[in-house]
Amino acid sequence: MHPARSVILFTTASGAGYGLLAWLGLLAALDLLPAWRWLGVAAFVLGLGLVVAGLLASTFHLGHPERAWRALSQWRSSWLSREGVAAVVTFLPVGVFAFSWVVVGQNSGAAALVGLLASLCSLATVICTAMIYASLRTIRAWASRWTLPGYIVLTALSGGVLLLALLRLWDLPLASGFGWAVLALLALAAAVKLLYWRDIAAERSGSTAESATGLGEHGRVRLLEAPHSESNYLMQEMGFRIARKHAARLRRLVLLLGFLAPFLLIALGQALPGIPALLAALASLPLVGFGLVVERWLFFAEAKHVVTLYYGESRA
Amino acid sequence: MTSLPRDPGPVKLGLVIDLDICVGCHACAVNCKEWNTSGHSAPLTDSDPYGAEPSGVWFNRVHTFEVVSEDGDSRTVHFPKSCLHCEAAPCVTVCPTGASYKREEDGIVLVNAEACIGCKLCSWACPYGAREYDADAGVMKKCTLCVDKIYNENLDPRSRVPACVSTCPAGARHFGDLGDSDSEVSLLVAARGGYELMPEQGCQPVNRYLPPRPKQPAGDGGAAALQPAAADAAPPGLLARWVDRMLSR
Repeated sequence: MHPARSVILFTTASGAGYGLLAWLGLLAALDLLPAWRWLGVAAFVLGLGLVVAGLLASTFHLGHPERAWRALSQWRSSWLSREGVAAVVTFLPVGVFAFSWVVVGQNSGAAALVGLLASLCSLATVICTAMIYASLRTIRAWASRWTLPGYIVLTALSGGVLLLALLRLWDLPLASGFGWAVLALLALAAAVKLLYWRDIAAERSGSTAESATGLGEHGRVRLLEAPHSESNYLMQEMGFRIARKHAARLRRLVLLLGFLAPFLLIALGQALPGIPALLAALASLPLVGFGLVVERWLFFAEAKHVVTLYYGESRA
Repeated sequence: MTSLPRDPGPVKLGLVIDLDICVGCHACAVNCKEWNTSGHSAPLTDSDPYGAEPSGVWFNRVHTFEVVSEDGDSRTVHFPKSCLHCEAAPCVTVCPTGASYKREEDGIVLVNAEACIGCKLCSWACPYGAREYDADAGVMKKCTLCVDKIYNENLDPRSRVPACVSTCPAGARHFGDLGDSDSEVSLLVAARGGYELMPEQGCQPVNRYLPPRPKQPAGDGGAAALQPAAADAAPPGLLARWVDRMLSR
């Protein structure tokens, strides 16, 4: 599949934003976060900023962005519509929670309940995003059972490293404990991505050039002549191919720079609290961000659509 | 409403394509383009049509496959492909706006260009590549089964079939109601073992393909296989034996 820049930006940026909002709501509900105004301002500006930037980026790839509101209507059947509804609904509890924290100075009690609701809504939005991909039978890689866990874990991770940086910035006691949680998430993220890559490499009975043409009874099917001499929309959108050696190199980049390097930095921060820990948390941000963008690019580039069977592929 | 019709009617209009007859002339694709560029989903935009990288929207494309059997015999199969107007159309259910819909009365799958936001998700959901994005109009387009032709009372009744069907010079394309088991197309499918494409994708396409007929065996009026000329054995015939002797010196 063609890795469109807008969709990569959307899923990574809004994923990180929803992750941060989800952590804020959850930890406030557990009464672990002080209702300090500037901590709230920083966290909500960051979280909502990433979410809004991502949602705006997602409309860039639309043919008619001005009609985007129509996408809220078909939640009964469409995961994309559900994602839109969930994204809009999430703004409500997040808005109330942010107001209560930043303006009223209250994030426990009733505010914590709203925070928990904001947390659940954020998670629901990310699940809808993942299901847009996971529900497509035409793309075997995306239909993998590891697609949904991947999106959830990477959201928790990217929101988690953002929150850790904030906790270190304000030098909150929670930082140390949360640091361990982020370390666990980094290990979990690497494990889930490795499982995903192993899953999509497995030769399972998918569709073939024989089933696509129904000519398998007569023998092996091979494209002899394409329908036209030039490229077309289907080939550009669905026929993106990446060389295996490039994919392998990019996967290593994700694992080493996106997961291992931040793991070492944050582990170091656990041992050296104070300024070194803050610097380690800040340095891990661009690394995780870079890792996620490459991971998301690969998620598209490595996914093969069954329509390619009509354009020369033998198995998809 | 992009949910599939809850009570789909009995009528399932569709195409039956005879792969034994199709000669791969592309007339169906060309006439489709010609009719539809001024039809329901007009225009079928081309970009850079006379330039170095022409590209454009087509509802029907003819692929050509080579099928090689286990004994090394091969045949060429021309394979026209357009929307199969699936009963469980995934392109319809993924649509977030309700622009994609399946008609209750005849099962035709259409796009309402006024409501389409151009998110392209339907084209990702379709295993058959039936949907093509018009970047110029910013909306998705697809085969309409010539909905503006098959019901057109200004046309002669014989012409009220999709453009690809009326233009086929070989008679390889048939149009009719595949929901009616006594219709001509249904009888044809039953007689020739018509099949659906990629049933494993679970879309329940309406269109059917008729398989190429088996080749006639050699010696039975069919094409005889080449017999290798004997390299060493003495040829029959006086002249041939003399030539063989002269050349063998």
